[in-house]
Amino acid sequence: MANPTPLTPQGYLLARTRWHPLEIAFWLATLLPFILFPNYLSLASQIAITALFALSLDIILGYAGVVSLGHAAFFGIGAYSAGLFSKYVWGEPFSGLLVAAALAGLLGYGTSFIISRFRHLPLIMITLGLGLLAHEVANSAHWLTGGSDGLQGVRTDPIFGLFRFDLYGKTAYAYSLAVLFIVFLCARRLINSPFGLALRGIRENWNRMPAIGADSRAHIRKAYTIAAVIAGICGALLTQTTNSASLESISFQRSADVLVMLVLGGAGRLYGGLIGAAIFMIARDQFSGIAPQFWYFWIGVLLVAVVMFLPNGILGGLSAIVARWRRK
Amino acid sequence: MLPPIFGVLFDGIAYGMLLFVLSVGLSVTLGLMNFVNLAHCAFAMLGGYVTVTLVNIFGWPFLATLPVSFIAAAVTSVVLERVLYRRLYRASDLDQVLLTIGLAFISVSVAAYIFGTIQQPIATPAALRGSIDFFGLGLGKYRLFLIAVALLVTLAMVIGLEYTRFGAQVRASVDNQRMARGLGIDVDWTFASTFALGSGLAGLGGSLAIEIVGLDPNFSFTYLVYVLIVVSVGGLGSIAGSFAAAMLIGISDIAGKYYVPELGAFLIYLVMVVVLMWKPAGLFGKR
Repeated sequence: MANPTPLTPQGYLLARTRWHPLEIAFWLATLLPFILFPNYLSLASQIAITALFALSLDIILGYAGVVSLGHAAFFGIGAYSAGLFSKYVWGEPFSGLLVAAALAGLLGYGTSFIISRFRHLPLIMITLGLGLLAHEVANSAHWLTGGSDGLQGVRTDPIFGLFRFDLYGKTAYAYSLAVLFIVFLCARRLINSPFGLALRGIRENWNRMPAIGADSRAHIRKAYTIAAVIAGICGALLTQTTNSASLESISFQRSADVLVMLVLGGAGRLYGGLIGAAIFMIARDQFSGIAPQFWYFWIGVLLVAVVMFLPNGILGGLSAIVARWRRK
Repeated sequence: MLPPIFGVLFDGIAYGMLLFVLSVGLSVTLGLMNFVNLAHCAFAMLGGYVTVTLVNIFGWPFLATLPVSFIAAAVTSVVLERVLYRRLYRASDLDQVLLTIGLAFISVSVAAYIFGTIQQPIATPAALRGSIDFFGLGLGKYRLFLIAVALLVTLAMVIGLEYTRFGAQVRASVDNQRMARGLGIDVDWTFASTFALGSGLAGLGGSLAIEIVGLDPNFSFTYLVYVLIVVSVGGLGSIAGSFAAAMLIGISDIAGKYYVPELGAFLIYLVMVVVLMWKPAGLFGKR
């Protein structure tokens, strides 16, 4: 953002928090499915959940520069803990959401001490290993999670005791969208805070940030825990809106998919994950006739193309075009 | 009579040898160029399918297909290296991960399109079937063959890297790339040929693996995990490290599946995470 007037730090941070008209238009557009596509509300709800998951990965990958290949672990923890909570305690959705977020956050905080010690290849391997470990735990704890059969007997009560989760997904979408919006506001505030700036500084230069008073490891730990909390919320949302939790929610496939979405949309941009998730999910729904292994052919081609020609994703490409157009 | 633990140990060693052949190429190229190549097992899978095609359709003997699978994987990898990989040598880890994961996805789909998703059957020669009785312990002939091949590969690599001019260039480039360039070593060429060799070995490993673990389109990802574990536990660029790590992972995986089957693959992931937390650069890593 070029700005002719000299900026104070406070002014800079404030300028970034101002709402752009396009952002308001984007959020108004998320309400359109209620009117235009009432038959696709279940899909819309899935998109909102996945978008939130991509946003949570964006905080650690796009902003803090921590490449994770095992982010689905927290999604899965959230999914299973929300399911188990509704099965054994009660089915009220908000408390389930909080419990899932807390458990995922606890695990995220624990593993963040490992994560923050590593960078580059060992980091990728550790996150992959932890993700696979979580998957194995969920798979072998058959008595608790139902293993490969999925968790049975999840039931979610109506929201506020009034709005039942219906077959068309109206409540599900409203619920997911509301949670997405609230968490997005928090993430937006976080990213535009001095803490968010410090994360970007760590991404650019790991060694220099401690010298100006921002301890890299402590910041990575906090960011990782926050991302885990959000991922846990996503998992819980998926469990509550579909009344089931399966091993798929904690699989490597999910970690890889969310990475693809984020990179497709543009990592390091708040809306990158949201746009990427929407495009990915709609495309997958449209091409659902294709067998999954061929769907992944196009994902592969897309990945190669994005890395080769569109290094900052769709949003990065768009903003480059806009910047060029403005200069003329 | 030897107790069954020796049988488990034998199977573990054979499995470890297989993992070593599959992963040693990745270890060397990773150490050389710091390039995160997640498509390594796609080259192994290519080698496997070359062998399957030649044996089942053209009626070649199994052993004659092994050099062909080596060459096929090496040639394919060097083409990809020239066209795609070399552009990303200086890019971030993330870009390299994405590009090579993309290639791995493509390989899975192409294999599924051509060969279907079923496990490929393979007929090994009669001389490699059955087992040899060794103090009351049945040692599979194919596994003995596998161990012999892996030891030959190890020997060839150690001799090639320690006692030849090419090996000296590779070691120099691994240790200090800038200095090696300064001394007039063509690091790009060294890397391209090492890359081809490493992928060729993966192709050979893929062919050898069919008899032990089977071959289907998901091979690219299933064994990628094992290979990455071996490489990161062993330490980048270290042949001895890869060897030790492959043995450790192979034996603990087989022993785990034999004695505590309910743990599944849990044990090797645990071994990996523990080793990496203890030594982030791997058992034999320098950096």
